[in-house]
Amino acid sequence: MTVNQFLILGALLFSLGVYGVLVRRNAVAVLLSIELMLAAVNINLVAFGSLLGDTLHTGHIFALFVITVAAAEVGIGLAIVILIFRNRSSANVDELDLMKW
Amino acid sequence: MFDYHALLPEFILGATLLVVLGVDLLVAPRRRWLAGAAGIVGLLAAGVPLLTLAGVGGTREMFAGSYVVDDFALVVKGLFLVAGAIVLLASMSYLRGDRYYEGEYYFLILASIAGAVVMASARDLITMFIGLELVSAPAFLLAGWRKGDLRSNEASLKFFLIGVLSSAVLLFGMSLVYGTTGESTFTRIAGATAAVSGESAFVLGVLFTLVGFGFKIAAVPFHFWAPDTYQGAPLPVAAYLSVGSKGAGVVGLLTICYSAFAGARDVWGPALWVLAALTMTVGNLTALRQSNVVRLLGYSSVAHAGFILVPFAMAAAFEGPALEEAFFGSLTYLLVYAFMNLGAFAAVIAIAERTGSREIDDWAGLARYSPTLATLLGVFFFSLAGIPPLAGWFAKFVMFKAVLGDPGNAWGVSLAVIAAVNAVIALFFYARVLKAAFMDPAPESLPEGAPLSRPLAAALVITLAVTLAAGFYPQLLAFFGEAARGLALP
Repeated sequence: MTVNQFLILGALLFSLGVYGVLVRRNAVAVLLSIELMLAAVNINLVAFGSLLGDTLHTGHIFALFVITVAAAEVGIGLAIVILIFRNRSSANVDELDLMKW
Repeated sequence: MFDYHALLPEFILGATLLVVLGVDLLVAPRRRWLAGAAGIVGLLAAGVPLLTLAGVGGTREMFAGSYVVDDFALVVKGLFLVAGAIVLLASMSYLRGDRYYEGEYYFLILASIAGAVVMASARDLITMFIGLELVSAPAFLLAGWRKGDLRSNEASLKFFLIGVLSSAVLLFGMSLVYGTTGESTFTRIAGATAAVSGESAFVLGVLFTLVGFGFKIAAVPFHFWAPDTYQGAPLPVAAYLSVGSKGAGVVGLLTICYSAFAGARDVWGPALWVLAALTMTVGNLTALRQSNVVRLLGYSSVAHAGFILVPFAMAAAFEGPALEEAFFGSLTYLLVYAFMNLGAFAAVIAIAERTGSREIDDWAGLARYSPTLATLLGVFFFSLAGIPPLAGWFAKFVMFKAVLGDPGNAWGVSLAVIAAVNAVIALFFYARVLKAAFMDPAPESLPEGAPLSRPLAAALVITLAVTLAAGFYPQLLAFFGEAARGLALP
């Protein structure tokens, strides 16, 4: 077993996330795409951690930190999205254009 | 393993966070400012162990080298603590006038400052990530503090999405760096074979990390969120973002590039050269056409990030003393910029309260009916433009001196030329605001403004004193920059 298959999966997932951030218009969908990117990071970290046989398990611990922080950030993000939805009855990021240039 | 003396500032900040929450819970709503006062006392108390640590001297390493307290960390921590105290002072009257929450605001600002303090010592990928998130996460909420204001909502969502996106990009880079080197501590990353030989996956990791930090410090082309967020966020929060949040990003970028990526200087050097040139030029040119003062300051802070990057970008090509000079140039610029920009924001808060507007046109004739505020605005804006004898000229002087450290280096000279042209452009838009304030006729009916509140006046006096003192006696700030010169350079 090589590490390449995991890295390719990670890179694909990351690219999919970037695509979603650029294309999706709903703020929740953008948030989900960013979560995909973070999942790609976790796959990378765990794959590298196993490959390297790191006795400190840095990769696995790093992944745990990423998961925890991502959960906290989603909490903040959903709060902001709910706030916006209450004020304008829409979570479309294209309509957020009060400020330009 | 546990060095309590070295960790004391963080412990005091943690205790202050709890105290602020408690005070907010216990006092009557109209005495909520006490929570802010407790926060300021806590920030100053956290500064005391910094002084004793500086007195003892030396480098203290903890947790297998992932948390280091050296002179550089002490100077930067001190900067963040003082900047936090100034932001809290400038926030108090603003929050009084608002009908939104007050105690929680102080708590979140302090939490963000605590993150910046951790960033200053972080010498490990995981610690740096945690520090950076602790800086950003409270800031997302602070940007959207005016819940009913659509602009504030928009500022908050844009800032949040870009912030999380940049973290994901940064983490992807960090995962590649960890995977190729097998290490997460900076000094050991620098020594790993993949870093020394410049393996392609490692180089990719370095580039991803640069992009992630580029978003955090709002470098062009990753800057578009910054002016929107500054304009929509409450004014003191914008002041904090432009100094605390950006400062933490710059400090993270400095430490990770100088220590972990020391072997990859030929990668980040040219990348930062392009970023610096673009950031200065686009930031200044866009600032020229702004009619809103806060937005203008937003673009001006983008441009200043470019000036901070100038010596840093050239460091890649320098060796020995010139390399140290470049580090010193970036850090001194950050120190000076922090104070003059906080001062400029404090002046803008005071004038916006006085005139009830943030549009340049509405500030016409300010000098006629409020000469003190107009003069303060003039001092800070001229300092930002780099006019002697205000602090800004010293920052620019050190920057040019550093970037021209090797006169034979064509890249350094061309970057210095770009920076010089930009310094001239910048003078135009700062002067435009001052022309409105000093030369244009005052409106028929003068705006009915509230008198200057005492905390805001204190913030203005502190920043004014530093801006003038550092301009007349540059040795003062140079001393701090000097103390921090010795970051573990390769």
